[in-house]
Order: sequence, then C-alpha cells, then structure tokens
Amino acid sequence: MPTADDVKARIEARIPGATADVQSPDNVHFSARVVAEAFSGLSRIQQHRLVYAAFEGELGGEIHALQLKTETP
Amino acid sequence: MTEQAPNQIRDAIAQAIGENPVILFMKGTPEQPMCGFSARTVAALQAVGAPFAAVDILPDPRIRQELSALSQWPTIPQLFVNGEFVGGCDIVTEMYETGELAEALGAEPAKAKPVEEPAVGARPMGIENRLS
Repeated sequence: MPTADDVKARIEARIPGATADVQSPDNVHFSARVVAEAFSGLSRIQQHRLVYAAFEGELGGEIHALQLKTETP
Repeated sequence: MTEQAPNQIRDAIAQAIGENPVILFMKGTPEQPMCGFSARTVAALQAVGAPFAAVDILPDPRIRQELSALSQWPTIPQLFVNGEFVGGCDIVTEMYETGELAEALGAEPAKAKPVEEPAVGARPMGIENRLS
C-alpha cells in the first residue's frame, strides 16, 4: 500500500519543480496540496489531471481517494 | 441481444450529458449518497439551489468505466454543466466557495457558508469502486 510519502514522491517526480504536502490517515485516502509553477496558465481541471497522471489506473483502486488542492507558487 | 455493448453505454452517457444542463455522476443518489465525496458535491449543488440531474454509477461498473473514458477523469463524482466537464468534488467545492459555481449554474451567489469538510479518513459507506 502506498504511504503519504510515496504519493508525495510520485507527484514531485511527475511534475518537475512541484512541492506536494500529502497526508493520509490510512494509506488508502489521501489529501494533497500541490504547489507547482507548471500549473500556471492551466485550468483547475488541467492542473488536477497533471497530478492524476502520476497515478494512472490506481485512483479508485489502491488509492481510493486523493483530495487535491493545486496552487501556483 | 440484450447485453449492451460498452459504446452503447458511452452513447447513453453522452446523451444524458447533452440533454441535462446540469448533471452529476455520483455514487448513490442525492437522497442517499454512498460516498463522502459524492455527498459533499451534492451539498454544494443544493446550497447553490440549482436543479440538477443525477446518475448513480454504482449499479453497473461499465458506467464508471465509460464515463471516465469519455471525460478523461479517473474519479467519481463528476459534474457536467451545459455539456462541459466541470470537475470532481474538490473543484466543485472550491468553485462553490469562490462563488464560481453559482455563476456557472446561473444561480444567485449563495451566502458563503462553507461546505462541511469530511475527515480525510472518513470511509465512504457501502460499495467501493472495484475498477482499476
């Protein structure tokens, strides 16, 4: 099962320059605040898709839920 | 042939999105949401006071599969307004708090009262999604 640290590492590896603050009480439900320059100029949907791309096929499965808040620095 | 092919399900989803100005695909029903995130999204829509159609994706796993293929969005709930994908729970909640949701739905901006935050660990009731 992925830990909050795993999820953080995956997001930061996927989006260069991103900083992710990830929390999880149970390693199934995650909550992440992601700050990245790469988000600038993108819609919220596009920003979230960028993060989701780090977890292809796992969202809704191993990672039941990823609450997301995206911001630019 | 009684078995619906996946593309027929996708067509039915596309048709529902086209026919309903505001439509929410969710787990459970607005009266009985089966997941905290669906419940929170329903609460935001109800707070804005705009009527919306709702589709329960739980009865057939192919609905979820085809919906996500169509929207390129992995999670449930999913809100569509005037045929356009608007977002899931986090985006809808954020839009509610900023007043954008009321604007998008053509409703009067609701008095800014925060939607109740479910604890991150709150387990959604009932059936969990089994699709990868």
